[in-house]
Parts: sequence; C-alpha cells; structure tokens
Amino acid sequence: MAQTEQDGYEKRLGEFAGREAAPPRPGPDPVNVPMIRHWVEAMGDRNPVYLDEEAARRTGRAGIVAPASMMQAWTMRGYAAATAGQDDGSGLGELIALLAEGGYTSVVATDSEFAFHRELTVGDHVGVREIIESISPEKKTALGAGRFVTTERTYLDQHGETVAVQRWRMLWFRPARTPPGGREPAALRPRPAVNRDNAFWFEAAREHRLVIQRCDACGALRHPPGPCCPRCGSYGWDTAEASGRGRVYSYVVSHHPRHPAFEPPYVVALVELEEGTRLVTNLVGVAPEEVEIDMPVALEWLDPDPELSLPVFRPVTA
Amino acid sequence: MSGLSGRAAIAGIGATEFSKDSGRSELRLACEAVLAAVADAGLRPSDVDGMVTFTADSSSEIHIARSTGMGELRFFSRVPHGGGAACGTVQQAAMAVATGVAEVVVCYRAFNERSGQRFGLGRADAPSGAGADDAAFAWVSPFGLFTPAQWVAMFARRYMHEYKATGEDFGRVAVVDRKHAATNPAAWFYGRPITLADHQASRWIAEPLRLLDCCQESDGGQALVVVSAERARDLPHPPALILAAGQGSGDDQHMMTSYYRPEITGIPEMGLVGRQLYGQSGLGPADVDAAVLYDHFTPLVLPQLEELGFCGRGEARDFIADGHLEVGGRLPVNTHGGQLGEAYIHGMNGIAEGVRLVRGTSVNQPPSVRHVLVTAGTGVPTSGLMLGTDR
Repeated sequence: MAQTEQDGYEKRLGEFAGREAAPPRPGPDPVNVPMIRHWVEAMGDRNPVYLDEEAARRTGRAGIVAPASMMQAWTMRGYAAATAGQDDGSGLGELIALLAEGGYTSVVATDSEFAFHRELTVGDHVGVREIIESISPEKKTALGAGRFVTTERTYLDQHGETVAVQRWRMLWFRPARTPPGGREPAALRPRPAVNRDNAFWFEAAREHRLVIQRCDACGALRHPPGPCCPRCGSYGWDTAEASGRGRVYSYVVSHHPRHPAFEPPYVVALVELEEGTRLVTNLVGVAPEEVEIDMPVALEWLDPDPELSLPVFRPVTA
Repeated sequence: MSGLSGRAAIAGIGATEFSKDSGRSELRLACEAVLAAVADAGLRPSDVDGMVTFTADSSSEIHIARSTGMGELRFFSRVPHGGGAACGTVQQAAMAVATGVAEVVVCYRAFNERSGQRFGLGRADAPSGAGADDAAFAWVSPFGLFTPAQWVAMFARRYMHEYKATGEDFGRVAVVDRKHAATNPAAWFYGRPITLADHQASRWIAEPLRLLDCCQESDGGQALVVVSAERARDLPHPPALILAAGQGSGDDQHMMTSYYRPEITGIPEMGLVGRQLYGQSGLGPADVDAAVLYDHFTPLVLPQLEELGFCGRGEARDFIADGHLEVGGRLPVNTHGGQLGEAYIHGMNGIAEGVRLVRGTSVNQPPSVRHVLVTAGTGVPTSGLMLGTDR
C-alpha cells in the first residue's frame, strides 16, 4: 500500500471504535437444565449446585444455577449460523471485510476477561450487546502480522439488566505463509525414494496394508524387497499381508541432529514380524525409557502428511 | 602367502593439517596431501602414473594430476562405499603395481567434511533419485533414521542386549583413543584426554550412543604412495610392505543398515576381510603387534576385535577393559588417536599411522612392531590391510 493509501486505511479502521458490533440479540434458548448437564459433563465439573436442587439450596441459593463459564454459550447462534459468513450488515461484518482488505484474513481469540454481576438460573433468557472498543496498530506476532480487535460485550437478562461484562480480544492476522490450498505447511518427514522395485510397498501402505514381498516360485519372503529372489533366482513375486504382530529386535532413541518432522527423543525400532522378516519403524504409545528388546508390538498406521503413510507399532501384552 | 603378499609397499605418506575449517578447496587439500606424500617417498609428481581414490571424493584424479604436474596417468580407479573404501584404495594400487600395470600409484582422500558437507547431519532431506542406492534409504529415512550415528546405534543396542555390554564398554574405546591423541601434535584433540566419567556425562546423540562415542568431523587430506617392494627399498623410508589387502561385502549387505541378517551383533564383512588378511599374509591374530581399527563410532570397534580373532564373541568388552588396547597392552590400537582423537579422514589417516608404526615413528610407538592390521569403515562394505616391516 502507498503511504496515503495506508493512512486512509488506518483512518477507516479507526472509525469503527465505539461502533456497535452487532445489534443486541437474544440467545436462541433460555437457560435450561439439558444444556447445563451437557456442559458440566463435557467439562468434568462435578459441583452439585449446577444439577442438584437440594445441594444448591444448602449453599443459600434459591435453586440450581448455570455455571458462570456458560455465559457466552447462551448467546451463541450455533455452528451453521456462525460459519455462514459475517457479511450481515453489522458493524463487525463491515470491520471483518475491511480487515480482509488489509490482508488480515485469519483469526484467533487471544483474551477474554469477565466480570459477573449475578448467577443465571433456569428460565433466564440472556442476550448480548457488543461494542467495538479498539483496533490496534499492526503488530508482529508468531502467527504473522496482525491487529488486535477488542470488543466489550454486555450480557443482559430478559429485564434488560446487566448480568455480566466481557472484554473480548481477537487477533486478525495475515498468515505468515500461505501455501497453495491455504494449508499451513507442516515439516515433512524425509521423502522415501520410490522406484519400480519398492513402489508396491509404499502404495500398499497408503491403503494401510503392510505387505511383504513373496517369491512366487519358492515362496520366500523378503524385506527390504528386490527384483529377484536371492534363494531361487525367480523374478516373479507377489505379496503376503503381514499379520501386524511382531517383537522389538533392536531400537534407537534419537536426540540429535534435530529434524523438524521429529520431536526428540523419538524411538526408531527394528521390529521382527511374526512372519520372520524385519523392518525399521517407529514405536508409538511408549516412553523411550520403557522400550525393551523382545517387547511384543502390534501394527498401527501413521499418516504424517497426505502423501505418506507409514506402519508404526505399539507395545501390546503378549 | 598369496600372489599379492609382499609385492608392493607404501613408500610415502603425506597429509594436510587436520582442522575444522581448512579455508581451502577440497582440490587444494588433495593436491597438498598428494605432493607431501610424493615428497615423503623421495619421488617427483612426474613419477606418478596411477591414482586411486574413493567414489565419494569430489576431486577427480585428472584435476590433481593436472594441478600437480603429474603428466600422464595409466591407471586410475575408485572404490565405493564411503569409509569402507580406505584400505581398498591401497589394494587397488598394490594390484596395479604387482601386475606391472603401474609403477607409482597415489591413493588419496581429501574433504572439508566439517566446514563443508557434514556427514553427521545425515541424509534426511538429501535429493534422491530412482536408483537402488537412494531407494535403499526409503526403508529408514521416513522413520527418522538417517544419520550414521543412528544407523550404528541400532547395532549397538542389540550388541548390548546379547552380550551384556554397557555404555562404559563403548566409552573405554573413546578414552584410549583420546589418550593416544593427547600426545599426538597432529591430532585435533592433542593435549585433551578424556576420562570415562567425561564420556558418561556427554549428551545423548542416538541412544545408546553419546557424543563421545561419535568421531569428530574434520577438514583435511591424506595421501599414500604405493610402489613395488623392490623400488621401495631404494627410497628414503623403510618400506611398509603390503603383506595382505582385502575387501569384503557380507551376505545380505546393506549400506550401514544390514539389519536383516540372522544376527546383527557381528560384522561379517570384516570377518571376511580378516580371513583374507591372515590367508594372504600367512599370519594369525597372535602375530599382529598393533592395529588401527576404524572408529567412526565406538560400538563397532568391539565386534571388529571379535571378527578379527583377537578375542571371542562378546568378549571384546573384557579385552578392552583389561587394557589390551593401550601401548604396552596385547594389541595397541589407534596409536595416533583414531578418528575420534586425531581426525576423521575416512580411514586414510589410519593407514598412514599403520605406515608410521611399521617405520617405528608413531608418536606412541610400541616396542618391536612387525605387523600392523588396519581396517576401513564398518557397517558398510569394507576393506583391510596387513602392513609389515621388510624382512
């Protein structure tokens, strides 16, 4: 952006401060027991005042109350409405469009501060009014350059009384790297060199099948595979599907050098399959210090990226 | 005694300094080492008519010949498989000289392995093609097993399991190497010995390997001059006769990852080399007065002692703990400090130490050395030499 254009953009953003983000909107449902039950179960919150009338009364309350942490949930519109797009003519919708114009297309919530005025009880019907408080200058963040947008949300009951006030902050940012397809590139595991002699194995792996090359003349299994049977000389082969059971024959716990696709310390194992062949693989579900030679293991599949599927093994009881 | 035994000799050795940053091209290092070796042999570059190096070397013989004024060459050959090539280059030279194909053959290896491309970082994201050598890494690299230290660690863990060896058993190899390096002014670790406690306190690289189990990475070059035994007798230094030279690739051999054999605690390709060395020379383990054993990683020194018949299977840890690798022990090993202590020049500096031992000029010279056994890289198709004094 040219400087004058940049100044104009800043000014337009600044004009949103103090504007209403969205018209006051009542929540879709009043405070109710089923939603409370789902919430406390998901959160693992066993405080009895949320579901047990007696227990709630023993604390001096009139009856059960909703968890304070559900405040925002009562006003959420649901997944479909929330993802249908923000271009709804509201102040926030306009702001999001302007942010997108500046390249700030990604968002992450960063802060939420609540002040609660009273507890909600069954039957309360909560709505929210949201005012845009500020839009920060551009900041450099680990996610990319972005702007913090702070709003103040006032939660009101069916009588128009304030039940809670929330300061809500989001970072709207330009993704640091935007590869084709918009997917954040993860560090890829080293690519296997696939050629005419080994492609079948990696193709089977993509289908989550662990195969072992088998000579079609003498039946000998061989891994790593090759074009010719060292036992009988036949070029013909097919594959046998491994049972997926085996034992750790040896292993390495790797610390250095660091490769971005692997989090050290990680375990690379040489597993001997019950069919008799061995393969190099990774162990999962076991701490490096707990790995032992001869430990029985079973096959699982790892798909580290869309192009690669690898057999890995998890310790099992014998 | 075979047709090769005693026919050729190493008459000259020459090296650059061993550093972490040579500041010079690999070709320049090669030229310096080659010229130093030719001068040590009392010869001129124009006397050289053959050259041998590693397939891994970046400086082809033509560049060195042109740069050093060698003129015409009538024999040139290369040996594959990384550090396993070292003694194989001398075998090539000895065969050329013994058959009259060439008269003065220089073997060389030079690289900026520390300041340039470091092997220790592994080949995780190395460009790969459709050839069998690249495809072989497909069975290990995607799982995060892509460095030499990791590849060796897989063997080491199994060896510990089968023979109840410990990290300290590996560490004693590093301690004796560094003890020898400490008195060798050419060694990178000159004046810097370590204790077993230092080894045990060093950080993990690829368990069960610690930092001090791993050889250093070095910049430098080393060259050797091979001539006939007769000619060597007319040159300035006592000849280091090539009593035997062998290569070995074992059954079901892979590059650093021969994990699919019935047993993985031995080094069958080194056993094969050893049998040739004893067969060609007519000597046995009891006749060997000193050895230079390839020590890129300490754990694979133990099975070398076993494969070469210096002790029984699984007994190397006791052989080492009893002090037999020390000067004054049954088999002084790596008197220059090895690759852990002196420098990692892909085993070629070890052959030069073998020559010094035969000449009687090692900085850690044991008394009365007549026969020296030298090995090349382990985990790969390898090679070995038996060097001896003249008569």
